[in-house]
Amino acid sequence: MKEIVVISGKGGTGKTTVAASLSVLAENSVVADCDVDAADLFLILRPEITENHDFYSGKGALIRQKECIKCGLCKELCRFDAIELDKETGSYSVGETSCEGCGVCAYFCPAKAIDFIERLCGERYVSQTRFGDFVHAKLGIGAENSGKLVTVVRENGKKIAEKNQSEYIITDGPPGIGCPVIASITGADAVLIVTEPTLSGMSDLKRVLTLAKHFNIKSFVVVNKWDINHEITNEIEKYAENSGSFVPGRVSISQDVTKAHINGKAVVEYSNGITAQEIKNIWKNITNQL
Amino acid sequence: MKIAVASGKGGTGKTTVSLALALTAPGKVSLLDCDVEEPNGDIFLHLENIKEENVFVPVPHVDEQKCIRCGKCSEICQFNAIVFFKTPPMIFKELCHSCGGCSKVCPSSAIIEKDHKIGVVIAGNDKNIEFFQGKMDVGVAMAPPVIKKVLSKINDADFNVIDAPPGTSCSMISAVKDSDYTIIVTEPTPFGFNDMKIAVETVKKLSVDFGIIINKADTDYLETEKYCQDNKIEILMKIPNDVNIAKAYSKGTPLTEAMPEYKTKFVQLWSRINDKMGKK
Amino acid sequence: MKLAVTTTGKDMGAPFESRFGRAPGFIVYDLDNETFEAIDNSMNLNAVQGAGIQAAMNIVKSGATALITGHCGPKAFQVLSQAGIQIYNTEAQTVAQAIEFFVAGKLAPLQSPDVGGHW
Repeated sequence: MKEIVVISGKGGTGKTTVAASLSVLAENSVVADCDVDAADLFLILRPEITENHDFYSGKGALIRQKECIKCGLCKELCRFDAIELDKETGSYSVGETSCEGCGVCAYFCPAKAIDFIERLCGERYVSQTRFGDFVHAKLGIGAENSGKLVTVVRENGKKIAEKNQSEYIITDGPPGIGCPVIASITGADAVLIVTEPTLSGMSDLKRVLTLAKHFNIKSFVVVNKWDINHEITNEIEKYAENSGSFVPGRVSISQDVTKAHINGKAVVEYSNGITAQEIKNIWKNITNQL
Repeated sequence: MKIAVASGKGGTGKTTVSLALALTAPGKVSLLDCDVEEPNGDIFLHLENIKEENVFVPVPHVDEQKCIRCGKCSEICQFNAIVFFKTPPMIFKELCHSCGGCSKVCPSSAIIEKDHKIGVVIAGNDKNIEFFQGKMDVGVAMAPPVIKKVLSKINDADFNVIDAPPGTSCSMISAVKDSDYTIIVTEPTPFGFNDMKIAVETVKKLSVDFGIIINKADTDYLETEKYCQDNKIEILMKIPNDVNIAKAYSKGTPLTEAMPEYKTKFVQLWSRINDKMGKK
Repeated sequence: MKLAVTTTGKDMGAPFESRFGRAPGFIVYDLDNETFEAIDNSMNLNAVQGAGIQAAMNIVKSGATALITGHCGPKAFQVLSQAGIQIYNTEAQTVAQAIEFFVAGKLAPLQSPDVGGHW
């Protein structure tokens, strides 16, 4: 079983476009969507949810109005301006999106009127799709993706892959270089970095490559929409190869991608145009290397 | 006036729009780059008089003489930043959220808080634009204090344009919450639409007035516009899916320079937003 | 002495787990009595941050004086060193094999963290 995680550094480079196509190309695979901030893979895979679980992460404060003695200590102690005072009624409440989950208010409340409880952050799912099993999640507003959520989704995918004796796990990873990204790549067999030929794309790629190298994970770099800027594309590919990364191909600009997505399909499923062929080739080169 | 520029996901053109707004503002303008994990606004400007200011947060220090080894600091810490086993507590500054619980709970006043650097705010100017950019240090997980520092630079400029972090996390909320008006930048694709709806819900929840700019606009996908019509959301502008715009961006050239007709469009947009704010 | 090994299972034949902080559990093996105990670390999968630190505390509490794992980050390393626990790397397949390597003197102690922390 090989786990391939698609990441990007910068957002919006076409990571999910590529991940969706790999989900089609990798036969006998489990697909995991760890990009829970912009969880879009479901639009293509059109899953039928078979299991859903609430997802809790961290804690939050909740004031029991009946027992509150309105002393205002919580507001005074809170460093995150999360306690709101209703000037008309004199009652205090916790602003959900501002609460950091430190528990200081609950600890020091003289009336013990503040509950400090697990916070519901979203839901995670196990689903069936036309390409097999799919594990994914949805965050509530203001909730952060975390190493924890990514880990839970990945473990779930791994369990299913073991049970099915799947050949591949294809993971759509989170953007950036933060904790969620690290949680999504540690222990994986390879990362596929999808980037774009822009100065911003270049600077973010460097950071994400450092990360892959640091964790000793085989990396592949694909420049999406390479024809926007030939020079930067060459520069990126050269940089990638010099850093010990492998370039399995490039992807051209094409209207097919949006058209495919509008039809709820991955681009390799929708057409056999240039983009589809390029991605098929990329997949072939990746599997040969693994 | 404070205008925030947000997007449901990265790569929709948030920085492009923020820059165009700053470059066409009808008066003194500050551009605040709050995308502190991947700040890219400076690539497009020719900054002068660059100054760096450190961003600090308070983190605990233990006075080993005063510490009575009770372990209460470790108990109250929700972020695993204080480890205690018989020896004086070990403190992991990187994990500290600066809640102040440990110093408050310590019975022997052995914990005092000291400043810890977590990033910088870079300030500079390009002609009449005052530019501020937050940058987190590598190894730091907490964006909101850096964003707060950038936002504290909102000054007497007539216009402030805030380039918010992507997504709908608490960082994005910190940047959008206190704006007078928010522009959500999206692209008309199934992915873009799905992410935009989440951003719209978030901005609505924060009770901030907002409108939409559709970038890369000429696709056959009509759901985005239909949704805006059905929900009475104003579409402020459409920017076409022009490969020349993408090329200009790739080289660090702002939209209003690459396509001068957009200068006029953004000037008009400013007066529309001004009118809206005036009516309030 | 007691020896802790990261694992996904609950017995000596269980697969070795290379992650430390987010390992599902540990087997703590008593070399003197040849007995073992399974310790659950799954609560730690729940940590939003600082999983390595919490896992290190679990090892400290177990009374083990040596740890065999795949990778160890800087924070966990600091806690374990402070507590006097020696860390060893291995690429063993099972818990039993990891212990066998240790007993045979095939494992060298880790002098510094071998992976970066999460940032």
